[in-house]
Amino acid sequence: MESSCWQHEIETMEPHALRAMQLERLNAVLARAAKSPYYGKLFSQNGLGRIGSLDEFSRYPFTGKQDLRDNFPYGFLTGSLDETVRLHSSSGTTGIPTVVFYTPEDLDVWTECVTRSMYMTGARKCDVFQNMMGYGLFTGGIGFHYGAERLGMLTIPSGPGNSKRQIWFMKTFRTSVMHILPSYALHLMTYFPEEGIDPRRDLALKIAFIGAEPHSEGVRTKIEEFYGIKAYNSYGLSEMCGPGVAFECPAQEGLHVWEDHFYPEIINPETGEVLPDGEDGELVLTTLTKTAMPLIRYRTRDLTRILPGICSCGRTHRRIQRITGRSDDMLIINGVNIFPVQIEKVLMTIPEIGNNYLIEIVKENFMDRIIVKVEIKPEAFGGRLEQLSALQHRIADALHTDLVVSPVVKLVEPGSLPVAEGKAKRVNDLRNA
Amino acid sequence: MSVTQVSVFIENREGRLAEVSRLLSGKDINIRSLSLADSSDFGVLRLIVDNPEQCIQVLQENGFVARATPVLALEIEDRPGGLDRVLSLFSSNGINVEYMYAFVEKSHDNAIVIFKTGDNGRALDLASREGIPVIRGEALFSR
Repeated sequence: MESSCWQHEIETMEPHALRAMQLERLNAVLARAAKSPYYGKLFSQNGLGRIGSLDEFSRYPFTGKQDLRDNFPYGFLTGSLDETVRLHSSSGTTGIPTVVFYTPEDLDVWTECVTRSMYMTGARKCDVFQNMMGYGLFTGGIGFHYGAERLGMLTIPSGPGNSKRQIWFMKTFRTSVMHILPSYALHLMTYFPEEGIDPRRDLALKIAFIGAEPHSEGVRTKIEEFYGIKAYNSYGLSEMCGPGVAFECPAQEGLHVWEDHFYPEIINPETGEVLPDGEDGELVLTTLTKTAMPLIRYRTRDLTRILPGICSCGRTHRRIQRITGRSDDMLIINGVNIFPVQIEKVLMTIPEIGNNYLIEIVKENFMDRIIVKVEIKPEAFGGRLEQLSALQHRIADALHTDLVVSPVVKLVEPGSLPVAEGKAKRVNDLRNA
Repeated sequence: MSVTQVSVFIENREGRLAEVSRLLSGKDINIRSLSLADSSDFGVLRLIVDNPEQCIQVLQENGFVARATPVLALEIEDRPGGLDRVLSLFSSNGINVEYMYAFVEKSHDNAIVIFKTGDNGRALDLASREGIPVIRGEALFSR
């Protein structure tokens, strides 16, 4: 009988053996990390060395996104650039981005994790895989691409957008597995009626991987029912490798974190205290096998909990619940990460507008849309409509250049936006309203 | 000789125009003419009123962005070719008309048209020289 596991021995490892392996790998990765300028200095200053048990690991300080920025570009690199073969950058950040480096071994592990994830959901080499995720600096597209090829699927690197062509590919090549942003999966639905295609009747789809943005159980159900498929939640972040950090199995009860490569902890985001399995908090991850750029106790800012108990699928790697939110103010707009402060920085360079602004996020045709409302300064008003339109376009262009996404800019009267009292409410997320 | 027009930034939001009319009504300010230039999100309301200074003050006090814009008020014969005479004059002299709108008149043979041009001073000279009646601000309200 064919196993449902790509790597049966690892995926169903006895929990105590898995913990022993993690302790051994943690000590190895700590030693490796100490070779980087950043961790080398940090560890020696704090007298941090080997740990004797997993409990001792909480002595190590957290690593945050800001640390990555402060030590840009090579502060976390453990070896010379000669050993690295790839660079990725997290999407949508302005100014100094966060970049991650990979050795050939890192790429191999990453690919293995993605392959294992896809195989777990039932994808096999006879399948046709359509990858509707962005290729490029973003890890989502390329990560799945290599995993799918290793699994042996016929891979269509269609990338995102161009909806009619996506449907044409699905129909022509009998796509059975797809990787798609959940918001795009919903948006794409609106194109089927005009193409005269019923996905359940006319297509061969059976599996979708959905991820890169938080989504609800309701969205998953909607996607599964419309396409007549099973949709599996995918979790990852470029700081760890990209997608393939945690993935849903056929039980669809939480995402298995691949604990042979990543060590998960849940902390109280306010105090940093490590919480027991089952409690809600922020996910902290450590790379166990990364060589170019290991990260120790990296604060993902994603809120979730570790589900106690062994999964009905038989895999022993612990599961996290679907991500419920963020412990910072990062916005995820159609899969692109944006911090409100990035928008603020751009607005502050435009002299004709005041300091008050409001970011609204709405759903239009299932896609996220950012509306930036800014107050015009009375002295900047010349009485001409053309001048206002030109200002509106100038702000929109400046935001687009910096954010990659294209917000809609609305000019409003001074004093019409809610006044900042203490901590200003700058973001109004109406997507789930 | 130019007339003071009140230009108001209007957000495309329910009740904003009504708010302007309510404020002006409360101060007994009479609107003689108006035009609205708008895009999908916002517009500029142009008003000719009997007391532009007070009008701007009351609007600003109530949070509106308003300013004075000098425009020309010309009397134009209400017959075919009446408007063409003025526009041809401006055109042939290189004066760009940014916008214009007409007055609502009750019982006159002539129409009054408001012009915002690229060079109001020269436009005024040309109109006077050609015998096109130029209306002064105060005269607009005594007719």
